[in-house]
Amino acid sequence: MDLNASLFLVRPEVILSFSALVLLLLSAWRSEAGRLASILAVAALVGAGAYVVQFMASGTDALAFDGLIGNDAFGNFAKILIYFAAAISLMIAPRFLEKMGAMRAEYPVLILLAAIGMGIMVSATDLVTLYIGLELNSLAAYVLASFARYDGRSAEAGLKYFVLGALASGILLFGMSLLYGFAGSTDFSAIGSALNGDISLGMIFGIVFVLSGLAFKISAAPFHMWTPDVYEGAPTPVTAFFASAPKVAASALLIRVVIEAFGNETMVWQQIVIVVALISIIIGAVGAIGQQNLKRLLAYSSINNIGFILIGLAAGTEQGVAGMLVYLAIYVAMTLGSFIVLMQLKAHDGSYRETFGDIAGLSKTRPALAAVFAIFMFSLAGIPPLFGFWGKLVVFQAAVAANLLPLAVIGIAASVIGAFYYLKVVKVMYFDEPADVIAPSDDAVLSWTGGIMAAAVSPLGYLAIPVLAALSAQAARALF
Amino acid sequence: MNASALPILSIMLAIPMGAAIACLFARAETARLLALGATLLNLALGVWLWVSYDPAGAQWQFVESLQLFGPIGWKLGIDGISLTLIMLSVFLMPICIGASWHAIQKRVGEYMAAFLLMETLMIGVFAAQDLLLFYIFFEAGLIPMYLIIGIWGGAERIYASYKFFLYTLLGSVVMLIAMLWMIQTAGTADIPTLLNTDFPVEAQKWLWLAFFASFAVKMPMWPVHTWLPDAHVQAPTAGSVILAGVLLKMGGYGFLRFSLPMFPEASADFIPLVFGLSMVAVVYTSLVALVQNDMKKLIAYSSVAHMAIVTVGLFTFNQQGIEGAIIVMLSHGLVSGALFLCVGVIYDRLHTREINRYGGLSINMPKYALLFMLFTMASVGLPGTSGFVGEFLSLAGAYKVSTWATLIATTGIILGAGYMLYLYRRIAFGEQKNADAAAMPDIDGREMWLLAPIAAAVLWMGVYPESFLAPIRRDVATIVARIERAAPAGDSKLKANDPTTVKYRVGGHGEEKNKAEGSHH
Repeated sequence: MDLNASLFLVRPEVILSFSALVLLLLSAWRSEAGRLASILAVAALVGAGAYVVQFMASGTDALAFDGLIGNDAFGNFAKILIYFAAAISLMIAPRFLEKMGAMRAEYPVLILLAAIGMGIMVSATDLVTLYIGLELNSLAAYVLASFARYDGRSAEAGLKYFVLGALASGILLFGMSLLYGFAGSTDFSAIGSALNGDISLGMIFGIVFVLSGLAFKISAAPFHMWTPDVYEGAPTPVTAFFASAPKVAASALLIRVVIEAFGNETMVWQQIVIVVALISIIIGAVGAIGQQNLKRLLAYSSINNIGFILIGLAAGTEQGVAGMLVYLAIYVAMTLGSFIVLMQLKAHDGSYRETFGDIAGLSKTRPALAAVFAIFMFSLAGIPPLFGFWGKLVVFQAAVAANLLPLAVIGIAASVIGAFYYLKVVKVMYFDEPADVIAPSDDAVLSWTGGIMAAAVSPLGYLAIPVLAALSAQAARALF
Repeated sequence: MNASALPILSIMLAIPMGAAIACLFARAETARLLALGATLLNLALGVWLWVSYDPAGAQWQFVESLQLFGPIGWKLGIDGISLTLIMLSVFLMPICIGASWHAIQKRVGEYMAAFLLMETLMIGVFAAQDLLLFYIFFEAGLIPMYLIIGIWGGAERIYASYKFFLYTLLGSVVMLIAMLWMIQTAGTADIPTLLNTDFPVEAQKWLWLAFFASFAVKMPMWPVHTWLPDAHVQAPTAGSVILAGVLLKMGGYGFLRFSLPMFPEASADFIPLVFGLSMVAVVYTSLVALVQNDMKKLIAYSSVAHMAIVTVGLFTFNQQGIEGAIIVMLSHGLVSGALFLCVGVIYDRLHTREINRYGGLSINMPKYALLFMLFTMASVGLPGTSGFVGEFLSLAGAYKVSTWATLIATTGIILGAGYMLYLYRRIAFGEQKNADAAAMPDIDGREMWLLAPIAAAVLWMGVYPESFLAPIRRDVATIVARIERAAPAGDSKLKANDPTTVKYRVGGHGEEKNKAEGSHH
């Protein structure tokens, strides 16, 4: 395949890389031009997204660079979500970071680099490409976590993330080398055909190590330890980004590896995925109960949600993958919205607040903000008629269709434990006496984006089901 | 004009929904008027619906179908059973709004919005013809009720609201998995189609248990009833009315709409379980009610006992028992609602629910004492009131199946008379022990307007139950025909020519008459 055709298929990544480099130059000379750089970065994401939409509309399904990277409906679906989440993270950040004194023009550059990495992750069809994408994303993320350089918590978050992330990358790399050694190729489809029938112990180890490394990236239990600390320490807009885009990218990557490379060895990975899913649901639910910090609470909530997403993967069917994609789409809206609410928790003295005590009686002092937060909480808990329910429903439907009834029953029963702490947030905001800590919002961008996300997860979201169902089904079909 | 020319069910869902959104932004006085107006309008539409409903027409009437949300069909439609329960909901709603007129002074707009949202969801539950749509309406009710108990409830409101929410949620999520399995197996979520789908007998057991987990909590049946006394006691008066009046009926409706016709064999297998739990519930909760010092708690426990008679009636597998169970549900909806209102009336004056703080109210509150007496009698099941009709029919139906269950369940009536009359004596009769209780004014015009319509309905149902039996008779017959193949053999069959009993028999007259009626309708 000639180079032009290959470049054509990776146009979104080319655009983003070019923009990131230009913005890097800009930031080198004008490091205070953070706002301008952010606007340009959003424009670049929109431009790249437009190409992705065009690929989706034309039903492109091709490999580029001799099978190192692909361009198919699955990757494109994930890319739309990633670019969307990245763009929102760029829009909500400048004002918040300026108040912290941490806004610099490097922020949009790092977000863009992470977005490129994630784009490569979701379209990688080869272990080497996978690793490049993953590391590009991770390195940008480590820096982002400690972006508020003068804040001790932020620096600590970055360091923790880096050390543990490097360990996970090492584990992943070790698994990949085992797979390469035993399968003789780094190409997913070649590994897929090698992993068939009776496989050697080395291959099983390879699979286990790869899955462990990826479980770290999606913060699935028991590889979740870093999540609460990093989420708490990183600046809130960065946490919003961590909780949304990389989750989508790593989940999509996991899906592709499992389905395309390990697809013939369902028995080997299915039990791992089932166990990881259930542990994540339970740890995510139980761990959150005692938390006083809302960012830590949302960190456990993301662990909990990853568990539900993995239920779709455990099904291992086209329906399951489509369900996961729907869940991810809804999850991005819910989680971004929740963090946008957190970013509006600014006290009268201008400091940012993030604990339960600060939101006591919020429904009396800031009724709209409290209502929006309550919508996100009920939605994350999966209570109908909010849209989060639909995400849970589709993955459980896939599990039932795949005859995984015990998994479905245990998973959904454990979701009741999770409901407890989501209810606690609503209880504190609505039933407790007002603490009157939080000042009225003065940031129109946050109000608007939060409102739009709330509308999306409200019952109005159900109107999007036909579109979501069609797109996710098309994306899932690309893998099978 | 006939109501079927319009999408009337959607309109009845939309009116309270729209008013709820408007109430959120309205000031207190406007919100009250808006809520009252919307609920009265819905009541008017409900009456129109009732008048337009043709008991001899198609099984499902006012059907609407719209594929709006992909796999979730916006499918609505009602049969007679749904109709009566929708009527109950729209009848009680304006009364609830009226009961909160002065009692609720903080965050009125949000309060009214929560109640109007509840109304939408209740009508939705009874009208949904799509399994997932039903589930959404069924579960969504948790959110407004959680807020109603938690924001406007009593001292222990937070514990009660959590307990209510988590108990009911845990019951329901397992049902969701069963529903997904059914949709997977039958290939459709359409309830009328599922009603005629025969699921494998082995699977039926699991499905039945999953549905039972949800409906038994909602009903509530012993031993998962413990959320109810807490929720009832802590909820504001109108919240208790709606909880006892309509929300508990969702459990019974669920048994009737899903468990029985969809899993007849499993239902028959689990009769001993249902009867056993119901028998325990009748005796145990009646005895617990007898020793309560808190008025609302007493009525809450009496609700559990009455609902146990409903479950006995439902699982008799015969026309009489099921019709009786539905009438008990309607009657209990009215009577327990009215009793909670009666408690609310004196609670608003003295701000205590403790029975001992009252006494001799018939002296200073004669009108109140009279109405309270009527509802007490209806709760006991005095002939001439609605309670009698339902309890008699369901116990008569139960007698055909199990003498023992009937015997024990009937003690509920005696015990019911015990605790209700004891309550009435302590409140209305005797000395006026407390000066403040003796100084309470009699009920005013507003309270009269709340209680009088319920009193009229209770007497109407007691004197001429045919108005309420007519719309449900054919639909109950449909269910009975559907589950006939699994119907249990009764333990009180008479031998064909037993000389000791032959002189008491009326020559199978009753059965023939039933058959004639069945074919007539």
